[in-house]
Amino acid sequence: MNIIISNQSDKPIYEQIADQMKNLIMNGELSESELLPSIRNLAKELQISVITTKRAYEELEREGYIVSVPGKGSYVRPQNKELLREARIRIVEDKLAEAVSAAKTIDMSLEELQQILRLLYEEV
Amino acid sequence: MEPVLEIKGLKKNYKDFSLKGIDITLERGYIMGFIGPNGAGKTTTIKLIMNLLKKDDGYIKVFGLDNVEHELDIKQKIGFVYDESNYYEELTISEMKWVVAPFYKTWDDNAFNKYIREFNLPVNKKIKELSKGMKMKFSLAVALSHNAELLIMDEPTSGLDPLVRRELLEILSQVIQDENKAVFFSTHITSDLEKIADYVTLINDGEILLSLEKDELLNNYGLVRGGKELLNDVNPKDFIDIKENQFGFEALVKDKNEARKSYRDKIIIEKPSLEDIMLYHTRRYKNA
Repeated sequence: MNIIISNQSDKPIYEQIADQMKNLIMNGELSESELLPSIRNLAKELQISVITTKRAYEELEREGYIVSVPGKGSYVRPQNKELLREARIRIVEDKLAEAVSAAKTIDMSLEELQQILRLLYEEV
Repeated sequence: MEPVLEIKGLKKNYKDFSLKGIDITLERGYIMGFIGPNGAGKTTTIKLIMNLLKKDDGYIKVFGLDNVEHELDIKQKIGFVYDESNYYEELTISEMKWVVAPFYKTWDDNAFNKYIREFNLPVNKKIKELSKGMKMKFSLAVALSHNAELLIMDEPTSGLDPLVRRELLEILSQVIQDENKAVFFSTHITSDLEKIADYVTLINDGEILLSLEKDELLNNYGLVRGGKELLNDVNPKDFIDIKENQFGFEALVKDKNEARKSYRDKIIIEKPSLEDIMLYHTRRYKNA
């Protein structure tokens, strides 16, 4: 399992950790009921504050990705993969809608927009 | 559970300097960095905690106990490292160990030997022959070999090279793998704390200017730069301090999102370092 953090990024470190763990859970690299590293161990390995890792886990727990059992640790919560995917699709739809309305304000055609989308899709 | 260290209204008066009623609280399981310029009161505070000085007012509780009344019990569970070596220079490491060990009821010789190996310390060398880094590591080995629950370190990294400093930080994060332990660590080399500290307490001229979660500090504060003309119509209260130069200004703000809202693209906002935060708070620039 890889977690790579950036100290320069504007995104707070706890958010970087939470996002990366979400991805690991979504793509199945972290499997259901798997025990996650302890907050202290994770902080030690990444050489960051315990408060940061704690906050990342709290966020993951609040959003239903993990469960923490006092005295035992944190586990990946069994997920309904379909529901998770749907939630993610909704995010994509929202962002695309934003892009569409931005395109319309400058009278961009659908073809132009599709072209940009294709380029970006292949690039990223 | 009570805090591992609790200081309230602590005062100490000298002719030319006084500690003006400071408060500090540290919970178990965390590392607190105690920063401030030279002469701010860091060492005075630490000496008061260790009862090496007599306070004028306030109280200090360690493990929930008064630090003067229960001095002996408390010191059994404190690991103390300070920047000057406080050992007999003529003794070797192993001789010195025999002097120190009997003071502690819970001395753990196995732990000591383990740290000596881990830190690569030459047991048959005299203390005076050790490098500064080695002396610090020896103090640390002693501090870690009697099951201390609170590590208090006064400028442990000053005069050490980056390699040894990095090693020390790794050891400290190892220490708090045990959530019963805590570290209180004074320094003016703030980059050491940027990484592992959980809390940062800033002292200047005998007063605590802030004591916050490090993340909160680094995520909320902002280093702002912009053109000088902007200074005519800003609210000075928005800035902690402003440093002007011929071509513009730089300032520290407490809430970078607020600043972004008020000044939008007229300014550049960057993440400050702890050093920036310390410098702007201690008004070095204002006096310059």
